Order: sequence, then C-alpha cells, then structure tokens
Amino acid sequence: MVQSPTRDSARPPAPRTAPAPTIAVSGLALSRGGRRLFEGLDVTLAPGDALTVLGANGAGKTSLLRALAGLLRPDAGAIVATGPSGPEHLPEICHCVAHHDALRNGLTVTENLAFLAGLLGAAGGLSIADALRMLGVARLAGLPAGVLSAGQRRRASLARLLVAPRPVWLLDEPTTALDSDAQATLVELIGVHRAQGGIVVVATHAGLALPAARRLALGRAGAAA
Amino acid sequence: MNGPLAALARREFAVARASGAGGAVGVSFYFALVVLAPFAIGPDRAVLARVAPALLWLGALLSTLLGLDRLFQADAEDGALDQMTLAKTPLEAIALVKGAVHWLVAVLPLVVVSPAFGLMLGLEPANLPRAVVALLAGTPAITAFGAIGAALTASLRRAGPLTAVLVAPMAVPTLIFGVEAANAASVAPFPAMIAALAGISLAAVALAPFAAAAALRAARG
Repeated sequence: MVQSPTRDSARPPAPRTAPAPTIAVSGLALSRGGRRLFEGLDVTLAPGDALTVLGANGAGKTSLLRALAGLLRPDAGAIVATGPSGPEHLPEICHCVAHHDALRNGLTVTENLAFLAGLLGAAGGLSIADALRMLGVARLAGLPAGVLSAGQRRRASLARLLVAPRPVWLLDEPTTALDSDAQATLVELIGVHRAQGGIVVVATHAGLALPAARRLALGRAGAAA
Repeated sequence: MNGPLAALARREFAVARASGAGGAVGVSFYFALVVLAPFAIGPDRAVLARVAPALLWLGALLSTLLGLDRLFQADAEDGALDQMTLAKTPLEAIALVKGAVHWLVAVLPLVVVSPAFGLMLGLEPANLPRAVVALLAGTPAITAFGAIGAALTASLRRAGPLTAVLVAPMAVPTLIFGVEAANAASVAPFPAMIAALAGISLAAVALAPFAAAAALRAARG
C-alpha cells in the first residue's frame, strides 16, 4: 500500500462501485475544427480493463474521452456499452475528469463536492470528508476552491470519483500538477476500482504507469495506431 | 430534501451568495435607473407619475437581464455543464431549476423593492399593488426567455450584449401587458392584463427549459 506523508493515516474503506459494462468502440472517427483527428478506431473494454491513451498535444486524446462520455458527437462509428442486463447509457455511468474541473472558485471544496455527489449520485460512495482524507486534502474542505494550488485543486477534483462512484472513469491528464505521492495514490485508487470491475481510460501525453494497462497511441497524422 | 435537483438548487443559492451577485447588484442597478429617470425626463411629478409604470418595467427588465448571460456560461467555462450533462437528470429539468433559482435570487428582490421605487417616481400609493402584482406575474417570463438567450450564448465570450439583444424581442409582449396592468389610467381591465401576463409566464416557463436544453446540447459539438 502506498503511504503518503500528506495523506491521513486512517484509511476509509474504498467506495462500492457496480461492475462496468463491456464497452465496444467500432469505426470511431472524430474531427475538431474541421480537422480529422482519427478514424477507424476499434477498441473493446471489458470490466477491470484499463486503457492508456497516448499521443502528442492535439492528437485527439481529450476528444476521444469526451466522445466516450457522450459529450462529443463522433463523425462516424459507434460506442456501445452492454451490461449483464442489456445496453447501458454510458454518460450516466461514467466519470469524466478533465482540464475543467467543475469546481466553482467561490464555493468551498465541500460545497463543490456535495453538489457533484448530489448531481451524479452518491450511492455507495465515501463521505466527502473520507474522500478528501484519502487524497490528502482533508484540511482544505472548508476553503474556497479558488484559493487552492493547482495540485490541491486536482486532488479535490479527483475526490468526486470516490464520493459519487461510477463504474467507468475517463481521466484526462489526471496527473497534471500532482506530486509523486498523489500520483501513487491515484494509481492505487485506479487499481482498487479495476479490482471491483471498473473500467479506467486515462489520456496522457507523458504516460502513467498502470499495471497491465493496454495502450492506445493516437498519431499526429490522424490514424489510430 | 435530497436528489440531483435539490443539490443543484443548493449550489445555485451558494454561488449567488458567494459571488455577491444576483439581488444586490440588480437592485442597485434598478435604483440607479430610477434615480436617473427624473434627470432625464424632468422634475414634473405629473409626467413622472404617468411614465412611472413604464420606467418600473423597463428597470425590472434591464436589471433582470443583468448577469443573466452567466446563467450557463460560467458552468460551461468551469466544466460543471459537462457534469450536468453526465447526470441522469434531464438537462431540461436542470435548466428549469437554474432559471427558478435565478428568479428567486435576482428578480424577486426587484419586485420587493418596486413599491419604494414606484413612490420615488411619483406613482400613487393606491396603484402600487397593481405594479407589484404585474411584476410578479410577468417577470417569470422574462427570466424564462433570458434562460433561452443564456443557453444560446453559453459558449461565447462577452455574451452579455448579445443575450440582451436576443431576449429583448421576446420580452416585448410581457412589457406591453405589464405596463398596461400597472397603469391605473389604462382602459384595459386589470384582471385581464394579469391573466395575460400569467399566461405568457406559464407558457414561457413550460417551453423555455426545452429550448434552453436543446441550445446547450447543440453547442456541445
């Protein structure tokens, strides 16, 4: 277990997450600003899988995650999630943690997380205090998000994964501004999530060492490699 | 009260409190308009009293539009709009709650202070209840139309003037009926004017969430 000097010693239990469905991406093509990012992308993700999406700036990593979350319409192709009881609506079972962290500056960390937990559904999730403790920012709970450092803000943003459990995590450059301790904590949380049958897709240009993760490289030329 | 919409409502009230926007800014703007009016129109109390209903409504309309462009724009900028899209709650319900909280926080205070401002403009005290009832019945429509404009411009920077330009034509029927209802000299029966205002508001509140949600989805790309 990773020990962080910034994390409180008493670890709360992990949140309970329902197993993820199988996600099948077939023939996916995306464009932004009239430029084709990639086309013909096929990938299948089963419960417990992790996928690291690699690529240079502008390769389409963020767009791929937004398409998976249903926030961006693809030019072509299909994204189908199939659970044990039939098709599932992927946007309603996924977390999308991106550059814009959905934390309003004027609200406290607790107020921001309470809103996200209420909005996204907190069944089976940790309390806000426990989630912030796991990420080593419990002392910041009552501070406005606007006064946090970039790293603290990223940790607070990641806490939503724990207070509002969802089986599919889509993480866009999640290690940005995180120190090595926080990165280790994140890798550990991802491991626990996968062990419960969750799916994790991480977009990164620098790479994040996830055990047994598959890798998908998006090329600058536009084709999925 | 729990649930996604309750969480959203609590957050909207907290944002209004934290930003200091909403009621205080709108009332201050309203006050400035009322104070400036006699300088522009002249000190003749009879003239002021005659145009007071129109000034009250124009002030309420402009004060309502103040900051309304940020209704969805701030959420689009900080990523909260994406999270709202990922919720199981329909975007239409989210737009309705955001509009309702905006009315309570930013518009209701305008209605509350309108009697005082009406007196400043020389409106007969006996006519003040007419003005208040007219504003209560009509301003929900302005907020609803404003929500549509705010959704259309959510992804644009400096969208304030554009939002006002989009909303102003939609607000014209409300303005006409509202001024008539607040005007004691009007030949139109007061109950009919209020019924017309309430009808516009009900239709606007019923339809605006669908239009706003469609605009937000279209802008998502």
